[in-house]
Amino acid sequence: MTAQILGALPAEEVLGEPPWLRTTRRLVKRPAAMIGLAVTVCFILLAIAAPLLAPYDPLATNWAAVRKAPSATHLFGTDEIGRDVLARIIWGSRASLLAGLVSVMLALAIGVPIGLVSGYVGGILDGTLMRLIDAMLAIPFLILAIALAAFLGPSLTNAMLAIGITQMPIFARLTRGQVLSVKHEDYVEAARAVGNPQYRIVLRHILPNIVPPLLVQATLATAAAIIAEASLSFLGLGQQPPNPSWGSMLNTAKNFMSQAPWMAIWPGLAIFSLVLSLNLFGDGLRDALDPRRE
Amino acid sequence: MTTFLLRRIALVVPTLFFVSLLIFGLQQLLPGDPATALAGEDRDPAVIAFLREKYHLDQPLPVRYALWVEAVGRGDLGESIRIKRPVFDLIAEKLPVTGELALMALLIALAIGLPAGIIAAVKNGTPVDYGVSMAALWGLSIPNFWLGILLILLFSVELGLLPASGFVSPGESLKQNLLTLIMPAFVLGNAIAAVMMRHTRSAMLQVLSAEFVRTARAKGLPEIWVILRHALRNALIPVVTLGALEFGTLLSGAVLTEQVFTIPGFGKLIVDAVFNRDYAVVQGVVLFTAFAYILLNLFADIAYVVLNPRLRT
Repeated sequence: MTAQILGALPAEEVLGEPPWLRTTRRLVKRPAAMIGLAVTVCFILLAIAAPLLAPYDPLATNWAAVRKAPSATHLFGTDEIGRDVLARIIWGSRASLLAGLVSVMLALAIGVPIGLVSGYVGGILDGTLMRLIDAMLAIPFLILAIALAAFLGPSLTNAMLAIGITQMPIFARLTRGQVLSVKHEDYVEAARAVGNPQYRIVLRHILPNIVPPLLVQATLATAAAIIAEASLSFLGLGQQPPNPSWGSMLNTAKNFMSQAPWMAIWPGLAIFSLVLSLNLFGDGLRDALDPRRE
Repeated sequence: MTTFLLRRIALVVPTLFFVSLLIFGLQQLLPGDPATALAGEDRDPAVIAFLREKYHLDQPLPVRYALWVEAVGRGDLGESIRIKRPVFDLIAEKLPVTGELALMALLIALAIGLPAGIIAAVKNGTPVDYGVSMAALWGLSIPNFWLGILLILLFSVELGLLPASGFVSPGESLKQNLLTLIMPAFVLGNAIAAVMMRHTRSAMLQVLSAEFVRTARAKGLPEIWVILRHALRNALIPVVTLGALEFGTLLSGAVLTEQVFTIPGFGKLIVDAVFNRDYAVVQGVVLFTAFAYILLNLFADIAYVVLNPRLRT
């Protein structure tokens, strides 16, 4: 009976449904987003279970198997000093995912508070902070990341730091815009009228209501951070050899393109599939969270 | 409109101030004594003493900043430690190479992005639209240095049609110049084409449902005329200003593309400088790109107001 009544309602109009449930229901109806999520989860599992799954030690060289084409013993072939490419791809997923996660966390941890304060307080503070953000946005993403990595010294940690800092302004801008759009809503005015302290209004009443766009941006930023880490490693400014990273693998592969093309195919394919999956999921999440859709 | 323009121009001043602070601050990130770090691997005491003198390292930070800004104002971006030449000259020398690459990339992006975006909007909701959107997502997700490597594998290694690397100046041989640049320009234009496709599509979708387009249709104008003459002209306004915003993507992409195809441009300059610990060059390149970006965006905002009849009061 209940099912019949619910069935009679328009699909999107289940009454009293919590927002997260509605989002999830809309999300699972988007095959592209679900494929994106599934592939991303696979990569995360791969990174966690790397010691169990990798067929060889990613650092072990084998001079008897230098630049061997893919075969049954080495599924993805071997590199210029006889290391197994598949093992290095599996271990390399750690560098990529770590860079994506850590740098976006960093960007959120700095950018969101700046945006909250800037948007809520307004005035001169807002003006000053936003000019600072403008200044950071004026320097192209990769150029700033390269400069930071150059002055801090090349390492995976510094690459993550540099990517996080360069992504921070986007989150600050987005948060500020969202705060401005909700800060005069009735529920915020009500919280203020009851005498809540400012910090409580910002953290308990404003922040939870601006999470959805931040979530979407964080997903897409993770994809961008993974490309950025691969780019910096490709330039030699990220993960340092001999530790595996997809970007640095491509950097080496560039020198052996005619002799060992497989060295260039797999790492690039790994970056591409992970980034595409995150973008698919992010796009799907944005559509699922958008109340104007459907 | 005048008030808007004046306010917009006034906003540039604090932004430039913060940019200069940020870039000056980069130097402070160097671990230890900057003079020792700047002197490079040799650590020649004479060089260190010279640098300490030249960069006024014995002065307090605000004084050093003021002196630095004053020098930059004179067009003095410092000197490359390695090549022993003014940074300004190095940038001026590499700029035309990257400029040509970027221009070709932008043309390719326009040639792909605009028509694809228009077609996707006109065929909204059909498999064609879906295909274009997928292609755009593909373009945004593929790392351009990998795309470069794949193209070299196909066109240079397998087919032997195009040179894998290097650069020939157009003065020397225009044909060779275009042959060496076509692959890098496509690689660089690819991501921008994707962004342009998405923007053109959404701008066209908005315009196609506008009153004036309905009026144009009601007058019995042929559909192609309605799309090109009435809709596209209005949809183009936001797309034009996108060009300035994508300048950053273009330059970031150029760094990687030049590295893949060994093109002696702006991007290769900064990457080589990083490895040679030539910090003045790194700083100079960052400063130059930031200034160019701020000015381009200023022009784009002005163009937006001037082009848009609704804002022209």
